[in-house]
Parts: sequence; structure tokens; C-alpha cells
Amino acid sequence: MFENFKARAEASGNTEVKRFATTKEALGFIEEFLAKEEVKDEPGSYAVWAKSPILSQFDNKAMAEKFPGLHFEVTKELAKGAKVGITQLKWGLAETGSMAQDSTDIEQRLASALAWIHVAILPTSKIIADIPALMTKMHPKNDKYITLITGASKTADIERVLAIGVHGPERLVIVCVDDLELEGVQS
Amino acid sequence: MKQDMSASIHKALKNQNLAGILDRWNYPATRAKAFEGIDFEALRTKIADIKGEAAGHLDELAETFKKNAEANGIKVFRANSAEAARQYIADLCKEKGVKKIVKSKSMATEEIHLNHFLDEFGIQSDETDLGEWICQLAHQTPSHMVMPALHLTKEEISDLFEEETKQPLDNDIQKLVKVARKAIREKFFEADMGISGANIAIAETGSIVICTNEGNARLVTTLPKVHVALVGLEKLVPHYTDAAPILAALPRNATSQLLTSYASFISAPTLNDDGSMKEVHIVLMDNNRTKMAQDPKFKEALQCIRCAACLNVCPVYRLVTGHVFGDIYTGGIGTILTAWFNELKSAEDIQALCIGCDKCKDICAAKIDIPGLILEIRHRAAEKEGLPFIYKTALEVINNRRVFHGMLRAASVLQKPFVKEGFIRHLPMFLSGLSEYRSLPSVAPVPFRDLFKTIKQPKCDEKAVFYAGCALDFVYPDAGVAIVKILNKAGIEVLFPEEQSCCGIPHWGSGSFDMAADAAERNILPLLEGDPKYIVVSCASCTTALKKEWAKILKEQHRETLIPKANEVSSRTYMFTELVDKLIKEKRLTPKEGIELHTLTYHDSCHAKRHVGIYKEPRAALSAAGYEIKEMNECDTCCGMGGSYTIKQPEISMQMLKRKLENIEATGAEFVSAECPGCLIQLRGGLDKTGSKIKAIHPAELMVDKFK
Ligand code: SF4
Repeated sequence: MFENFKARAEASGNTEVKRFATTKEALGFIEEFLAKEEVKDEPGSYAVWAKSPILSQFDNKAMAEKFPGLHFEVTKELAKGAKVGITQLKWGLAETGSMAQDSTDIEQRLASALAWIHVAILPTSKIIADIPALMTKMHPKNDKYITLITGASKTADIERVLAIGVHGPERLVIVCVDDLELEGVQS
Repeated sequence: MKQDMSASIHKALKNQNLAGILDRWNYPATRAKAFEGIDFEALRTKIADIKGEAAGHLDELAETFKKNAEANGIKVFRANSAEAARQYIADLCKEKGVKKIVKSKSMATEEIHLNHFLDEFGIQSDETDLGEWICQLAHQTPSHMVMPALHLTKEEISDLFEEETKQPLDNDIQKLVKVARKAIREKFFEADMGISGANIAIAETGSIVICTNEGNARLVTTLPKVHVALVGLEKLVPHYTDAAPILAALPRNATSQLLTSYASFISAPTLNDDGSMKEVHIVLMDNNRTKMAQDPKFKEALQCIRCAACLNVCPVYRLVTGHVFGDIYTGGIGTILTAWFNELKSAEDIQALCIGCDKCKDICAAKIDIPGLILEIRHRAAEKEGLPFIYKTALEVINNRRVFHGMLRAASVLQKPFVKEGFIRHLPMFLSGLSEYRSLPSVAPVPFRDLFKTIKQPKCDEKAVFYAGCALDFVYPDAGVAIVKILNKAGIEVLFPEEQSCCGIPHWGSGSFDMAADAAERNILPLLEGDPKYIVVSCASCTTALKKEWAKILKEQHRETLIPKANEVSSRTYMFTELVDKLIKEKRLTPKEGIELHTLTYHDSCHAKRHVGIYKEPRAALSAAGYEIKEMNECDTCCGMGGSYTIKQPEISMQMLKRKLENIEATGAEFVSAECPGCLIQLRGGLDKTGSKIKAIHPAELMVDKFK
């Protein structure tokens, strides 16, 4: 499943897929990433991290101190100027290399739709086959706004030439974490 | 055809920007890759089933949708007309004090000219889909259903952006996109309302599904506090799970992607970031859709999922593109939708562009018979207004064997001053458009029906009736002679009923279904005389008539009594190479050994390949007879002949021919073969005109001396 997911996701345009055995390693990678992208407290350079189960796994305050440009609340205005937006996704779809987001909470949309780089955290165990499989897991009754995300924002509207990052992220970094489990959801 | 239509065709053919872009895309190959491992036929059958069923229950589904969406907190308004939809949105704007709107791509809002309407109330609507925004800046309508601004060059777009942003820009596409990102981004935040369309509306859950690659729909439905979705009733499906096959086919067929970058299911209002609740309105718009659903024929068009694959493969659309071939809904399907949603009048003009090659039908994600429905528009127009006098007279003449054949015989004499080596090279002025790219064939001095009597055949137990069709009979009689010789070799005696006449395809294609039925009636009984084992036809169009259309047209015209006989004809009919292939496989025809190998490229006639599915057999027969086949690019794309199309749309027809000739030339083969005298007339004439060394020749003539 993972290999298919990775191959398809990476073929969908400006997308990298990383895999880590533990949450700790994944967090280490994210820290490094924020440092490499020179996240700082300036317009266009900061990061927003939308509410995610993974946030309960580490000391947010310490992390925020380390990166003065890292915010754990996401407003319209903050998201607008964010360089990096971090969210945790619910499911991965192997067939298309997509991820399913429960975006009922506006923070999820703001962080993943407005930043230049979207860092998407995905429990490896939540990679399933395809949309029909997803439909048995997510239902409009519970999830009022579901988005399937496949690759970065793109357009081919000018002379059919592919251009990345037209309204949304121009880069998608998917961080798959093997030991990350969602509350009681079976894959 | 109207004068302004010819002028716009002429202009479009001169401006080949969009056409060039589609060509460079190599759509068939990228699409095939996207569909790897997927049973397309099964998938589209599923979509056609779901949407066909839904079209039969629009009212019910709309009510269920309304009930469920309202239970989720969405306001649903059912708008019967375009006016009602516009007014609802305008009233809402007034109530909410809306001054600025951001829009995500929506053809439904184009359909009702919403921007223009709101503009009159001083409300500014900005398109946020890049292509739509470009069209808006250029004050133009979309030219392609998925990529609306494809007709504009990057230079033109750069000029538009310069004017809008008041800064000098260069023509780099990546940079232009960034300019647009910056310019549009502010608008999302300033807008009081977001307007979107929807790709799917799910009755069971009251959800809409919106797909975009740019991500603008997510912003339009997230940032402003009010979201209005304008949704045509045909977007309704009953169940949540019905969205899956549509999402599987739509992006693959549209842009060769596995899925669009973003596909959102919105089922209820959600909180804004200040804690207030968003207001969501869905306008379910009828605008003649219910009426369309009640039409037994046109109901099918409501299955369309707007993937635009039909445009991408249409040889005519690729030449003249949108604006000539429709504006809001473009191409063949656009013609049909325009006829119902906008105005019948303009559709009646555009329908004449369809050449009926069926390429779109093959690729349609919803299994819609687009050319069939266009023919139906033609048919209804012909019934209502009658055909132009000259055209009607011509069709009547063709249907009168004695007069028609008499005229053809006379032509063989009268044309003499113009004929040189079997071609009419110089035509009187009024016909010059037709011979600019293609020499016209001459009528043979002795038609096949006369030659036939001079052929000495062995007596055989097995009989085949030969149906020659007009062109083979009067233009390519030698091919007919070759056919008789080959069948004789297999121990089959050929009969030729004198009463046979035109198969009716020209009448059928012009929408004169009654005359087509007359043609069928005249031929059916003579063909069954002598109880032949086979009825052999060596013209792809006539084969279609005998195998499929005669029974259909008789039913359509309520002439039931002859249908069993028509079915009898159908079951005995073989296209010539189809029969040869069978006879070779049965070892009744044995290819000679040690014959010199020649190279050949095969042109698939539209009728053969897509109407009756014959394309493997001619290749197998020709290879067995010693020809090495060198496939050309787009071997099954129409050569531009299309019966009377070449006369009615000469400019388009000739451009299609030009392209075909280039593809043939590129193979370096010695021959090009096609089992359709119409295609041969077109190809042979074109090759003659370009002075090519390649010969266009009927398969029978190629094979005549190749069997023991
Ligand atoms: S008619 Fe068929 S191919 Fe054309 S847009 Fe509609 S679904 Fe797609």
C-alpha cells in the first residue's frame, strides 16, 4: 500500500513522501524542515500548525519557543502570510496518491490551502485502497467538509503548460508516521 | 450555413493557437496511462447507469437533496428558470449587503450570464479560476470546457495582466501564474460572498462535490462568509457512493490526472474562523433540464460529466476550436446543451460542424451518443423547416436510381474536357474551393454494373450478393472487378442485383430520415434474392447502413413490416476485407508464396472502425496477402470526407485532409489503403494534388493477384 501511495503521490506534482518509524523521528524531521525553510516570525516566513492529534505527543510550547515563527492557532490573516502550513490528514489513498482531510474545522483548510508549503502528516497505517474504501470510513454525516488532496495546487490554463502553486501550496511534503494511531479508528 | 459562420471558421483556421496546443498535448497517450488497470468500458457503463437513472428522477432527487441539505443547515432554492436563479442570487446579495463576489469555475453561472446580471446592481464578481479570470479580463467566453482560456497565447495573456496590474510583465508562463496568484489572492479576502458550481450533487447526503486543480474552490467556499453554489439539476445522483465512479473517470478523461488536486465534499455550513456560522445556499437550477429529461432521445445528454474528452478528440473542434464550435458549452456536446439551455437557433447553426466521425462517442465518460443527438437536432430542424431546396433535390435525385445513374453516366461524358489521368484538376470557379487541396475523381467511363456483365465467373454452389454502393459502382469499378475475382477464388459466385441503389446514408446524415427509410426499402428485397450466403459490401458507410442503420431507421420511421428482412440482410452482411479475413482463416483463400513485399499504411474509415468495429480484419487480410503495414499517427481520425461535409464545410474538410496526408506521408509507405470509396476519393485526390508518390488504393485491388 505505502509503496503505491508514495509512487502515485510523488507523480502528482511537487510532492515528496517521507516515512518515519516513530513519531519522534517524524517530529525531528519537521523541526529540521522548519529550520531549513528558515521559518521565522516575519510575514511570508512563518508557519501555522492546525489542530492535530499529533500535537498532543510533544511539548508544543517548547517547540514554539524554538521556532518563533511557529503558530499553533490558525486564523485567516495568519494563514494568508504563512510560508508553511502543517496539518494532520485522516486517510491516504493508494490508488491515486491522495489524502483525505476532514476539513470541517476551518483551520484545516486555511493551513493547507493558503500556505506556500503544505506539510501533511499521515499515519502510515491509514493508507487505504481508494475512494470506495474511503467512503466506508468517512461519511458526510460526520464530516461536513471532506477534501481529497492530491499533489500541489496547479494549473494548465495558460497554453496548457503546467504551473504549480496558483492559489494554494506549490509544494506538498507528506510525512508518513508508522507508529501514529488515531483514536480507535481501525484501518 | 450563415455567412458569419463561414467567416468565423475561416478566421479560426487561420489562428491555430488552441489547435496547436491540443496537438502538442498528446492526449491519447497520457490518457491511456491514467486509465492503466481500469476497465473504462465498465466504468463508463456505471456512470451512464447512475446518471441515466438520475435523469429519470430529477424532481424526486431534487426534493430528497433539498430535504437532506436543509436538515444539515443549508438553504436550498429550486430555480425553474435562469431568471429565477439570477434573481435569487441578486436578492441574497442585497439582503447581505454584498458588494464583492469571488467565483470558482462554474459553467452554470456562465449559462445564465450571472456576472453581467450582478454587474447591473453594482456588484463586482471576480472569477478566480485562472482560465476564467483570463476570459473575464479579455471580455470573452470560454473556448474549452475544462481549460477555458486555451485560445489565448501567453503574449495576449501577459498584455491582459499588464493592463490589470498596471506593471510591465514578460511572457513567462510560470511568472504570469504568480502574478495572477498575487492579484487574485486579495480578492478572496475582500469578498462578501463566494459563488461556486458543483461537479456532483448527492441527494442522499445533501452534499455537493467540487473539483479543482488550483484550489480556488476551497478558498471561495472558505473565506467569504456566504457561499452560494449554483447547481444544474443534472448534477444530482442518488447516493454518496455514486460519486466514486464519477471521480474516477472525470479527471482521467479530462486532463489525464488520477484525481484533481482538490476534490471537496461540502455537506453543511461550517464555522468561520471568527466563530460565526457560514451561510450556505444551493440553487438547484432547472432551466429546461426537466424538459430535456422528458425527451426520450435527449435525456441521454444529461449524463454528461463535463470532462471535455469529446472536445479533445474531435477533429473539427481541434481545428476551429471553441467560439466557432460553441462558447459556454463547447464542441459536440456543447451544441446539444446549448440547444436546450440557451437557444436552439444558435445550436442549429453549430450542428453543421459535426462530421459524424464518432470519435467523441468512443471516449465519452458517460457513454453519450453525441453524433447521434446532433443528427437528431438536424433531423428536427429538417422536419420543422425543411432542407434547403438544392440539397433536398440532390437527395431526391440520389434516391431515384434511374435519374441518378443516368446523370452519372452523362457526367462521365461531360466531364471529359476537365479530366486528366483520371482526375478533374481544374474545376469551374464556383467549385474551386473543393479542388484547392484535392483533385476530384472522375466518373468512370464504364460503371461496374456494366463491367459485371462481362466477367466470366465459374459456377459455384455458394453465392454472394455484391452490394457495390454508388461510388464503387461509378468511380472505382476496378475494385468491384477485383472483388468478384477474389471471391471466385474462394469458390463463391457473385450476384449483382441491378435494382440496388444508394444505401441512404447521405439522407440519414442530413436528417432526412424518411428518405433514408425509402432507400432501405428499395434495397432490402433485391439483396435477398437468390438466397445468398453472404452480402458483400466494400464501402464502410454502406456496410454500416446494411449492418445497422436500415433496421434502425425502419423502426424509427414506423415501417415495421420490413424489419425482419432488414435483420436478415444485416446478419448476412460482411465488409469485403472482413470476409476475406474469414476466408483466409478458413483456408479457402491461400496467399501465394514468395511474393514481393510492399509497404502499406491503413486508414480506418470512421464508419468501419467505430460504427461496425471493423479494423483488425482488413489489417489481417492485407498482411496475409503480403503487405507490411506501417501504422500512421491517428490512423482512425477522419480524413475530412464525411459525405457531403466536404461540400458543406470545404475549408474544414480540407484542413483535416491536409493533416491526414502529413500522417500518411510520414510513414514512408508505398500505398495507403482504406475500404471506403469516399475516403479513397479524398485521399487519392489529396495525394495527387501534393504530387505524392504514395498511391491510395482499395484493398481489393491490392489483393487481387495475391491468392493461389
Ligand atoms: S459528452 Fe461525454 S466526453 Fe463530452 S464532456 Fe460530457 S461526459 Fe465528457
